[in-house]
Amino acid sequence: MYIRATGNISPQKTFGHSALAEAPVAYTGNRLACIEPDYKEFIDPKLIRRMSRIIRMGVAAAMECLKEADIKMPDAITTGTAYGCLEDTNLFLGRMVEFNEELLTPTAFIQSTHNTIGAQIGLMLQCNNYNNAYVHRAFSFENALLDAVMLLREKEAAHVLVGAIDEIVNPSFTILNRFGIYKPGDVSNLELYKANTKGTIAGEGASFFALTAEPSGNDYAKLEGLHTFYKPAGLAATEKQISGFLQRHAVSMQDIDLVITGRNGDAAHDEPYAQLTQSLFGQTQQLNFKHLCGEYPTASAFGFWLAARILKTGNIPELLQASAAKPVKRVLLYNSYKGSHHSLSLLAAC
Amino acid sequence: MNEPVFIAGTGVISAIGNNVTECLDALENGRAGIGPMTRLDSVHKNRLPVAEVKLSNEELASRTGLPAIKSRTALLSLAAAQEAIRHSGIEDLAAWRCGFISANSVGGMDKTENFFREFIADNNKGQLHDVVDHECGSVTELVADALGINEHVSTISTACSSSANSIFLGARLIRNNILDVVIAGGTDSLTRFTLNGFNTLMILDEQFCQPFDENRRGLNLGEGAGYVVLVSEKVAATMKHKPEIVLSGYCNANDAYHQTASSPDGTGSYLAMSGALKKSGLQPSDIDYINLHGTGTQNNDIAEGTAIKRLFEPTYPKMSSTKTFTGHTLGASGGIEAVFSVLALQHGVIFPNLRLQTPMKDLPFRVTTELEKGVSLKHVLSNSFGFGGNCSSLIFSKI
Amino acid sequence: MSDLKSQIIAQLNLQDVKPEDIGDDQPLFVEGLGLDSIDALELIVLLQQQYQIKLSNSDEGPNVFRTVRTMAEYIKAHQAQNS
Repeated sequence: MYIRATGNISPQKTFGHSALAEAPVAYTGNRLACIEPDYKEFIDPKLIRRMSRIIRMGVAAAMECLKEADIKMPDAITTGTAYGCLEDTNLFLGRMVEFNEELLTPTAFIQSTHNTIGAQIGLMLQCNNYNNAYVHRAFSFENALLDAVMLLREKEAAHVLVGAIDEIVNPSFTILNRFGIYKPGDVSNLELYKANTKGTIAGEGASFFALTAEPSGNDYAKLEGLHTFYKPAGLAATEKQISGFLQRHAVSMQDIDLVITGRNGDAAHDEPYAQLTQSLFGQTQQLNFKHLCGEYPTASAFGFWLAARILKTGNIPELLQASAAKPVKRVLLYNSYKGSHHSLSLLAAC
Repeated sequence: MNEPVFIAGTGVISAIGNNVTECLDALENGRAGIGPMTRLDSVHKNRLPVAEVKLSNEELASRTGLPAIKSRTALLSLAAAQEAIRHSGIEDLAAWRCGFISANSVGGMDKTENFFREFIADNNKGQLHDVVDHECGSVTELVADALGINEHVSTISTACSSSANSIFLGARLIRNNILDVVIAGGTDSLTRFTLNGFNTLMILDEQFCQPFDENRRGLNLGEGAGYVVLVSEKVAATMKHKPEIVLSGYCNANDAYHQTASSPDGTGSYLAMSGALKKSGLQPSDIDYINLHGTGTQNNDIAEGTAIKRLFEPTYPKMSSTKTFTGHTLGASGGIEAVFSVLALQHGVIFPNLRLQTPMKDLPFRVTTELEKGVSLKHVLSNSFGFGGNCSSLIFSKI
Repeated sequence: MSDLKSQIIAQLNLQDVKPEDIGDDQPLFVEGLGLDSIDALELIVLLQQQYQIKLSNSDEGPNVFRTVRTMAEYIKAHQAQNS
């Protein structure tokens, strides 16, 4: 399976496929927002008027990805989102409460369903093919990806558009903040891992991928393996899951040039990563990505994009402010979310 | 990739019954579950009938073991999933690679909308335990955790086709040798959010709905949950009573016409049904009964009917919409109707499409209006279509 | 009618459309402004919110919302009734 193309809207300058030769965008505060493109190029103005921000971001990232892949009609579209279209949900819910269930309009409601982004992409492409939406918290992206992998394996599809989209809006940020998820005060995203305090920073993003069964000669990377595990009993169980995954794909840690981890700056959350550095990951270069995109349930899609980008050139882009110990031929992406949702992706250079 | 996937168990809770036996009894005796709103606290209470599950959250909690403060969507889900597992007779789920795949449309919205009443006035107010399970996936996890399933947990939300897609996915995970046993289906409880949403679309019937009637006025919302236990051939071989029904076909297609409206010729429905037939290797004439999506809206029924005409003309299978009993249970409908389709096969019955007065003039076929018993059924098609053009069809077959 | 046009633009979030772009007798739906069934529902709420007029049944929609002029006439007729 091959990653032929990507489209990524994030709090970094990732859209439009610049060389990522610039330093990362620095933020102060506990909330990163996406840098949005001018949507006119991607979305018909007749359709855009009903689209909230997350839908615009998702559709634009998908269109950019398809353009790069030179695919007009994907054989399937699978999307993942944990929170769905929060802006529309909040709008409808807020008005419903405020106006006591009177004088409500349908637009926010119909756009609030979790399959809206996949559906809007299908509508724009006039694509009658398979279309599915996964909404399982921090497995949403991985489940959408697994569906795509199975469709390719089943030969039901030759190429699949896979994406993950989540947004952060004021009411949800306020609520999540009350749960104590985010660091208080002015935290610098570039110093995220140094604080060693409780909490992370909020983020969002729209990342799409064209996954194909056959190589094109110009792909980003090969997807060699994908695995999720839920609520492991402890570090030993996590280690067992990771070793088992590597074993099933007949690789050892020596075969992996880079581990991209889902550290998010929350001391308790990151502790298992530190322990893994003492054991499994000890001899391998590690890089983090959540200082770039913030923490959100489908942030692993940003990590997946980063892995693919790195494997295309074999070099680590300036964005990460690090240099590779050796040419990067194989990457293990390991993400964990709230200690309960763990995912592993194994990607290799083509 | 084409080995049979068996239905080893079913579980359901809906307005017509709290379990499979009660629902079957209501279906066979023409007892609809639609009535005045009693649980949902809405200003539309006296105007819009709904199909409520008769048990309170406290009663559901004591039956399932989940705390009563949890989302009703999770409580309904657990009740039906527990029944499905019990009914399957699988003694030790832990002996197999077991997954729980559920679907819902708005997660723990029933709790979130309470939270918002206080939160809107003051952002520091509102009980956080009311939003902790807001996410669709969180509702699934409450149930998976209670069932002790952690090998694979997934949630699908494609509006009203959601749980047909979760059954579809479950079968594929078995065929891809990723899982051996999957409890798959969906759940939704009535919420003010969805009630008002459908109300703004002006597609809610103020009377009891009349799907496939010339003078249909819209749909009634319902609530409930339905799950099937899917097992691989290997698992089936170990069972005392080898399952006799398989999921033989499935297809997911997109209408790509409009965010909410179906295309006049029912393109998506046609593609879903014909795709499921192709997957199962069956001909249209092999289908004995169609459990219709049949919501009762002008738009759905003519689109679905037109697609059926195109695919089945000139010989039509028996057809009915069991939403005339349960209302439209949204994310649960595909799961509940999958259970009803299996029941039709197991018991050789065709459930009636209640309250039909005037058949639709533009359609050449008639839906079944009286219970038919002692029918020899081999293949049943179940349709589930939703917002966003998502159309899915499943075929259940007796072997 | 200019006020009504502005209200329509705001209610439907018609981007880059100015009131003067909408002709009094220009069809609003399909071939004209390209509105659809969801917009019709939005316009029903607009009548309720701005003019306290409740469309008694949604079948009236296509005639009432044919053009800005038909809408304005409907509003005028019903405001007269209300007062």
